[in-house]
This record gives sequence, structure tokens and C-alpha cells, in this order.
Amino acid sequence: MSAPYAKLPAWADYGLIPLVNLVVAFIVAGLVVLLVGENPFRAAVILVEGAFGRGQGIAYTLYYATTFIFTGLSVAVAVHCGLFNIGTEGQAYIGGLGVAIVCLAFDSLLPWWLTFPLAILGAAAMGALWALIPAWLQARRGSHIVITTIMFNFIAASIMVYLLVGPLKPLASQAPQTRLFLDGGQLPKLNWLIELFGGKVRAAPFNVSFLLALFMAWLMWVLIWRTRLGYEMRTYGFSPKAARYAGISETRIIIVTMMISGALAGMMALNPTMGDQHNVAIDFVNGAGFVGIAVALMGRSHPLGIVLAAVLFGMLYQGGAELSFEMPNISRDMIVIIQGLVILFAGALEHMFRPSIQTLFATLSPKSAGLAVNGEGA
Amino acid sequence: MDVFIAAVQTLDSTVRLSVPLLLACLAGLYSERAGIFDIGLEGKMLVGAFAGATAAAVFHSALIGIGMAILVSTAFAMIHGFASITHRGNQIVSGVAINFIAAGSTVILGQAWFHQGGRTPALSAAERFPSIVLPGAAAVRDVPILGPIYSTLISGHSVLVYLAFLTVPFTWWVLYRTRFGLRLRAVGENPAAVDTAGISVAWLRYRALMCTGVLTGVAGAYLSMVQNGGFVKDMTAGKGYIALAALIFAKWKPVNAMFACLLFGFLEALSIRLQGTPLPIIGRVSAQVMQALPYVLTVVLLAGFIGKAIPPKAGGVPYVKER
Amino acid sequence: MHQAAIELIGINKSFGAVHANRDINLEVRRGTVHGIIGENGAGKSTLMSILYGFYQADSGEIRVNGEPTAIRTSNDAIAAGIGMVHQHFMLVENFSVLENVILGAEGAPLLKTSIAKARSELRRLESEYGLEVDPDAIVEELPVGLQQRVEILKALYRGAEILILDEPTGVLTPAEADHLFRILGQLKEQGKTVVLITHKLREIMAITDTVSVMRQGTMVATRRTTETTVEELAELMVGRRVLLRVVKDAAEAGAVKLSVKNLSVKDQRGVTMVDDVSFDLRAGEIVGIAGVAGNGQSELLETIAGSRHAASGTVILDGMPVDLTGAADPGELRRRGLAHVPEDRHHVGLVLAFEENQNAILGYHRQRRYLKGPLLNIEAILADAKDRIEKYDIRPADCRLKTANFSGGNQQKIVLAREMEQDPDVLIVGQPTRGVDVGAIEFIHKRLIAMRDAGKAVLLVSVELDEIRSLSDRILVMFDGRIVGERGSDASEGELGLLMAGVEQREAAE
Repeated sequence: MSAPYAKLPAWADYGLIPLVNLVVAFIVAGLVVLLVGENPFRAAVILVEGAFGRGQGIAYTLYYATTFIFTGLSVAVAVHCGLFNIGTEGQAYIGGLGVAIVCLAFDSLLPWWLTFPLAILGAAAMGALWALIPAWLQARRGSHIVITTIMFNFIAASIMVYLLVGPLKPLASQAPQTRLFLDGGQLPKLNWLIELFGGKVRAAPFNVSFLLALFMAWLMWVLIWRTRLGYEMRTYGFSPKAARYAGISETRIIIVTMMISGALAGMMALNPTMGDQHNVAIDFVNGAGFVGIAVALMGRSHPLGIVLAAVLFGMLYQGGAELSFEMPNISRDMIVIIQGLVILFAGALEHMFRPSIQTLFATLSPKSAGLAVNGEGA
Repeated sequence: MDVFIAAVQTLDSTVRLSVPLLLACLAGLYSERAGIFDIGLEGKMLVGAFAGATAAAVFHSALIGIGMAILVSTAFAMIHGFASITHRGNQIVSGVAINFIAAGSTVILGQAWFHQGGRTPALSAAERFPSIVLPGAAAVRDVPILGPIYSTLISGHSVLVYLAFLTVPFTWWVLYRTRFGLRLRAVGENPAAVDTAGISVAWLRYRALMCTGVLTGVAGAYLSMVQNGGFVKDMTAGKGYIALAALIFAKWKPVNAMFACLLFGFLEALSIRLQGTPLPIIGRVSAQVMQALPYVLTVVLLAGFIGKAIPPKAGGVPYVKER
Repeated sequence: MHQAAIELIGINKSFGAVHANRDINLEVRRGTVHGIIGENGAGKSTLMSILYGFYQADSGEIRVNGEPTAIRTSNDAIAAGIGMVHQHFMLVENFSVLENVILGAEGAPLLKTSIAKARSELRRLESEYGLEVDPDAIVEELPVGLQQRVEILKALYRGAEILILDEPTGVLTPAEADHLFRILGQLKEQGKTVVLITHKLREIMAITDTVSVMRQGTMVATRRTTETTVEELAELMVGRRVLLRVVKDAAEAGAVKLSVKNLSVKDQRGVTMVDDVSFDLRAGEIVGIAGVAGNGQSELLETIAGSRHAASGTVILDGMPVDLTGAADPGELRRRGLAHVPEDRHHVGLVLAFEENQNAILGYHRQRRYLKGPLLNIEAILADAKDRIEKYDIRPADCRLKTANFSGGNQQKIVLAREMEQDPDVLIVGQPTRGVDVGAIEFIHKRLIAMRDAGKAVLLVSVELDEIRSLSDRILVMFDGRIVGERGSDASEGELGLLMAGVEQREAAE
């Protein structure tokens, strides 16, 4: 039995505690900034301004956020079924193969709005396929899915390197990447959306896959809380024994969930390839799969939380890029630290502050408790 | 004879390449045998490598270097302990976090302190660990067969190499012949039994993680102070994960771990050796196949098609006293 | 020397809102066997865990041999000469007996000397108390009775003068239990003090010198065993006269609804758990399966309900065979009119993290009434949940409340409501009243009788022999995976007890 504490109101549970965790993560990150001899407050200002100060920054922030919504959803879907899919990185990478196949085959034949749905299917199918094997191994052979998906990340990397220095590379080229996609394989930008609100965007890769990401977030909400499949996933996630009792096939639910998770991961590939670089290049995922873990943790596996957390990380990526211009001591690796700290405090240490916050709520009367804690968090 | 020399040289580099794997693998063994999953081996090795190279460069001493590597790596292990033992956090999540923090901070601090794009200054011979030439190595060099084996394969390695291989019997001895080992194995199987026997589960697991920290520190120091003359960004390059794979492959047993690491080291050595050279019958083997092989083998083992890897029973589960 | 081995004075312990121990005073005299009796959840185990340093009391004092003793950890308890045999054994299963015994009491940092010392010490204990066990055997390969012996050895090896046993006979056959009692008798003769926690009155009468009764976290009485009766203790335990017999008419058994033929079940290790079991279950009767826990009843129940594969045999439900080999599917069985109240409601019958209404459809979530296409029909689910809360008097009456926040009795009612309201032809029920308060027990028993009277076939598995006897029309006794006898509802406790111990079977084999 878990230790029964005073119950917290929902806003504290879903709002305050993640906020406190996040604040602590940033305080520690600030200490690192201090350690390299820069002013953390100035760094924070540059970061936020770089991300949201101008239309250009906002467009980039949302471009990065798009990627992280996909990977965050991918991790979160699996979490609801009690599975830790650490293989989002590899599934997204292999998803790029799906994009490459579709685009290389059809970009000269079809307009983008026909290639795009095909590429979505291709990316999702390849991502799902890459999740299928670890899922099957977990379901039928009991192989720990965390370990197998880690292994599959490396195997995916080897396969993609092999393909991108070999069969997928144009003969004349030296760079390990596919040829550039033609117009039919390029997604239209959404920068006009920001300009609509008065922002100015020179050139940014913010594109229609953002809308797909939002749609997927909504779809995930429906899936988890409004469908029979989602009900079965949650049942299995909370109690595999209860799921067996309820006639839910363990094999089926693990495989289906992981394939959905893999498909979402695979769709991530659309954004940087069709939306930005217009090719599939080596290492294009660049850790986004792991950011998905941070995003899912931060967003408490709820689609709305994930979208917000993805925007936060998009901000870090975009603002971080600005920061590295302004402060040469702080390269973009700073984001990696922050990411790690967020995963640490919002994930592994998520309960560290809970007892003290609960004590606070218990000792103060409910009304003043709300105020006092708000004051402390600020 | 050329083939023979090539074989000896390949085995020699197998030994060199498997050392960091072996140290990290044994590090993971202490932690996982105590019931704490550790996918943060990679990160701890990385900070160890960075701290070692940095301290060695600054203080001009290999010993201070390795000491610092051990210290910092252990500190990271303690963070893992703080999250997963004291606060009963998710061990996988904590491991992932540590890998990120390590990857980011080594580069940021390296760049801030040395301004060489995340590298640390190149280490001089005095700041690195010298190779040990075993007695008579030069004398027997020309003896056929045994000569090259002794002088190349057995002699001439860094002291850390010998240390790493001595850690194998030592770990076995600790695990199966000491009180600490008995308790360590017990806490990974049934922490409640350890608790009711009047032993602190948390302190025991913290001590296991200290062993992990020390060994990953040495592994990191080997990378930056023996294999390479300084720290380079992301120099572990997935070795922590291969070590994890080797640990599973070894079914969490020390002697098996040595063979698993030698096998994975051999695959790496072979892929370097064979770059571009076609093999008889098979033809040209792509480097990626060799790189992926350890992972594929581990997955096959995990799938239970060749034997079965059964992890310590309490692994990954935070210990909570039950009512 | 002080007469009392243990004195507990004013012990209080709360877990959140639950006041598990309230102002407990207890005196255990040296060299006696002292029983502590009470229902599930009366606070016995909590009290003993405090004594063993597993929990800390919120207030109160512990005296050992008259000395006030602070017991903060199990180590303190061990140092004070207290040993404990837990209900769930605290053994490392892949360790040898010897390794388990020395764990935590190794002495030197190297094992060599401690193992040698332990080996000779074990030999001494073995001869002194009749505790034979192979020191090099791997614990998981030993039968339960021997594993328990290892636990006792562990305590004695640490020099325990006071031995606490928490529900030691729950997993034992009567023969094994008798052997245990002989061992306890020997321990007493050697001057050791034994505290026996149980909810079985018979054991108390058989072995203890003194008995203390706990009810709802308080200590209600202490008696000399010779000066009390089973009836008095039972009344003290539950707080009012126990309704030993449920009022019911004779059964009017109808057609065979469920027929089990030559069913065998193996567990994951390949050990036969159910061995060639055959019986029929008819409409309008309750068939009870009696047996000591772990004799295959649970596996039998799960197999019939489709949650477990059978090794061989057939089950015929309403004249149609059930596929037991490949894809056993509980959902399919539910559609065919078989409802199942599982033994473990916390992990199997309910998802405690769900809202109550989500649990009200568990297993029936594929019924068309709860669906709109692939979507859940939330209104229909809520409406049904509210309806059942009212019908079964589930409290609090809030179908949006998290299931974990309901009491044990109300949780069990949620499961029963779900299964009974499906109007099944066959209802199979495991441990319907385990951890359920007295009021809910009566309610549940009446409901089961009502099901029977409505012409349903009910299969009841319970380790509470009283429950089996008061509800069943026919009683099957399981021992070692087999059905070793069938008796009518008028069978005596002694007769059933002998069957449960496998006595007749052993005679037949000789």
C-alpha cells in the first residue's frame, strides 16, 4: 500500500508539482551557467527572447515543438499501457526510411498534398514495424522491452547508415543522404500563420506537419480516454492481471500499443525531412526521441500537457541556438543538460517535493495554502 | 605468418577495445545484482572520462586524473541512488537523465574551461598511464608463435588493462565469498528478506552503486587517458549500452561478463580490421553489420532463442515496506 | 528475572486515516505460547511489525524483559532477542538454506568461517528441536512447510528468545501444522516465548497458554486459554454473536450447467497444480470447494474462468465444450454466461486506479451497450454504475470516485454487482469475503444464496471452512490438486478437516 498522504487538489497535482520540478531543474541549470562564468538571468532572457521575441523565433520554436509532440506522444501512448518505449529514437529514424521511399518514388509524379498522406502512411508503417519486433518479443518471449528497444535504436542507426552511405545515396554524391526531394516531396510552410498575427518570418521550417501533430494529440486523447482500445490499454497499464481477467489479450494489446507508439515516432520523421531539409540525411533524428521522454514526463502523458511541454522544449532548442550566438561559452549542449535535468526532476525525482508540498497543504488552511504555495513557486 | 601476425594484432586490439566494456559491464553488474537497473553506465563513463582527462591535464598527474574520474563518476552514481533508492523514482528514467546531463555538461564545461570545442588538452606521457612491458617481452619477441603472443598480446598494455581483467576474479570473489556479496545478491532478489534480517536495504544499494561509480570512473579514465590522449565530445559513443548488452549476455555473472566483453570487443576489432577488405566466401562485410552485431546477438539472447537471460528478481523495483 | 518477556504499553499506529493500532496494552509471559487472535485487518500484523521494528509506533512503549527498549529497526528487535516468522516468507529463493540462515548474521566479512559455524549450529538446532532440513538445498525447491522451518531456523540462529509467528498455518496442511505445533511445544519447553498470530480459533485452543483478542485496532480482551471457549473468543473477535449458519432452503438442483472432466493444470514451472479433476455443477445449487490454500483450488478456478490454460481435460459449459488449450478467452466465456468473481480483487478483479464506473464494465467493456462504434458510451456506463451502487448499497455512492478509495467490503460489492448483474447462468466465486467486514459478509452471503435460488449454478472456492459449510449444498475437498472427497452440506468439520489433510488418500496409497 502506498503511503497515504493528505490528498492534493488536482491543480496542485497536475500543475504545481510539475512546475516546482521544472523550476528546480532550471535553477540547477542556472548553476551550470554560473559555473561557466555567465549570468544565468541574462541567459534566460536571451533564451526566451530568442524563442518568442520575434516571429522568426516563434516559427522555429513551433518547428521544433512539432517534432517533440510526435515523440512525446509516442512515449506517452506506451506509458499508458505500462510500457517504456525508449526506442522512439530508432523508430523515428526508420520512419525516415518510409518517408524516403515514398518521396523518392512519388515526388516527381504527385503534388505534395498527395505525397504527404502517402508519406504519413509510409513513416507510420515503418515506425510501427520497428516497434513490432520488440513488442512481439516482450509479449511472447518476455524480453524486457526497455533493453530490446535500446538495442533496436542502435540496430536502426546501423541500418540507416548502411542505406544512406549505400543504396539511398545518389551515386555522384559524397554526403550520406538521399537526393533532394522535388516539389512533390516538400511540405508547405505555415509561416504565414505567424505573420497573420503580426510576426515577421524571413525563412523558417515551420510547416504543415505541425497541424498533423496537433491532430495526433487530439486523436491520442480520444484513443486513451474515449475508446475501447484505450480502455484496454489503460487496464493493462495499471494491472496486467486485471487485463487477463477481463479477456484482454496481452500479446495483442502490447503489440497494438507499441505499433501505435512506433507509428507516432515514425511520423516525427516528416517534419525535418519533408518539412525542412527536403532529404533524409544521416542522424536527422538527433536525439528527438529521447526528448520525447522528457516531454512525456513533463506533460504527464496527457496530450495537452505534451503539446505544452513540446513547445517548452521547442523554446529551449530555438532559444538555445540564439544563446550560443550571444554567449560563446554556452553551446547548444546546454539544452541537453536542461533536458537531462528535466527528466531527472520531473521524472525520476517527481515525488521529491510532494511530501513537503502535502505537509504545506495540510498545515495551512486550504485557502491560504493556495496563496502561500503560489507565492513560493513564483 | 602474415595471417598469424594479423590475428595476434586483432586479438591485441580486441583486448584493448574490450577493457572499457568490461569495466563498465562489471560496474553494471554490481548495481543490477543489487536490484538497481542502470542504463546510465554510458553517462557515468563519460563524466569519468572528462573528469579524468581534465584533472590529469590540470594537475599533470595520471593518478590525480583517475582519482578525479572515480570521484565524479561515483557522484553521478549517487545521484542515481538518490533518485532511485531514496526517492524510489523510476530507475530507467533516472539513468536516461544521467546520460543527458553527462553528455551536455562534459561539452559545456570542456568548452568553457579549455576553448577547444569540447576537447580537453592533449595529455603528455606523464599524464597518461604508461604501458607495462612484462619481463622478457623483448627477448622472446622473435620466438615463433609464442613470442608475438607474449610480447604483443599479453605484454605491453596499460596498467588499467591488467587491472580490468583482475577485477573479474575479484568481483567473483566479492560476490560469492564475502558477506557484502551475499547481501548484495540477496538484496537484488528479495530486499524484504534483507530488511527483516536487520540490514539496511538503502545503504546496501548505495554501496553497490559506489562500486558501480568507481568502475565506470576507471572505464572512463581508460578511454580518455589510455586509449586516447584526452577527452573528446561523446567519446563513449554507446559503449555504456554495449556494456549493458554484454551484462545481459553474461546473465549477470562476472566470468561470463569477461567473455561477453571480449566477444563484443572482438567484433569491434574485426570491423576496424576488415574495413574495405573482402573476406573469403562472405565477400565484403559492411562495417555496420559488425557494429550492429552485439545488439542483434543480445536481442536474440533476450528472446530466449539461445538460453535465457533471467535478471535479478527485484531489479528495477523500488523497495517499499509492505503492510 | 522479570516475568514478562514482552510488555507493550499504549501503542498507537496510524496509516493515514486508518488507525491500525489504538492504545494497545499487552503482556506476554516468558516461556508461554501467547496467541493473538482477530479478524483480517484487526491490526495484529501491524502490532507485531511494530514489535519487530518493521514499523515504528506513533506513541507507546515496548519493554523486553522489563527493560524499556527502543526498537527502531529489525536489527534492534534481533538484538533484543526477538525473531519473527512472517506470513510471506522473507527468504531469498535462489539461495541455499545455509545462505538464507546466515544472511544478516554472518559475523565475519568473509563467508568461509560463518558458513562452517552455521553448519554446525544448524545441526545442533536440528537435533534439539526436530527442525530437519538439508542445509545445502535451494530454498525455492523446498516445499512450503520446510521453507517455514528455514524461517524458524533463521530466528533461532540469531539467538531469538521470543519468536513471533504471523499466520503460520495459512499455507500448511493440517499434518504440517501439527508438526509445527510440536516444534512450538518444544521451543516452549526450552524456555522460549512464542507469540502466535492467527485468525483460526482451533489453533488457539490447541496450542496457546494465553490468548489476546484484537478487534478493529484495539485489544479487547486477554484470557487464559483453559478458561475460555471458542464461542466466547469468536464473539470477542467479531463483537457480536456470529451467524454461523446462513438461512436457506434445500437446493433444487436442475440441469448440469458446468461439467468438468479430467481437468489437469500445470503451473509455469510445469508442476501439476490440478490433477485429473472431474465434477458437475447444476443449476440451482452451490458447490463449495474446500481445501488448505495452495492445493490447486485457485488454479482450478482460474482455468474454468479462462484465465489460465489447461494441460488436459475438458470443460463443458451449458452443453458446449470450452476451448482450454490454445486461446482460452475469459471474454468468450462471459458471453456464454459464465461470470467470475476472482480471489484477488485488488490486482485481478479491479483496477484500483480507475474510477468506480470504469471498473463496473471490466470484462464486459466489449458489450454493445457500452460502446458507440469504437468509442465508449460514457453515459450508458455511468448510468449502469449508478444503478448498481444503489442496488448493492455501495458506499460512498459516487461512481466517479477512484476505486482505491472504497473499503474492502465495498470494493468486493463492486465486483459482485458487476458479475451478478450480468445475469449469468454460472457464477464462479473465489474467496468472496476475504478482508471484508462483517456487515458486508452477511450481504454477500445472502446474495449468493439468492443467486442459487434464482436457479443459477454457483461454484464457490474459499479457504474459510465455515463459509463453505454454511453456503454449500455439496462440498468437494481438494488436496494436492485432486478432489479427494465429496460430502453433503451436513458434513462435520472434523470429517472435512481430515479430507483436507489428505489423510484418507494417504491410507489408500499405503
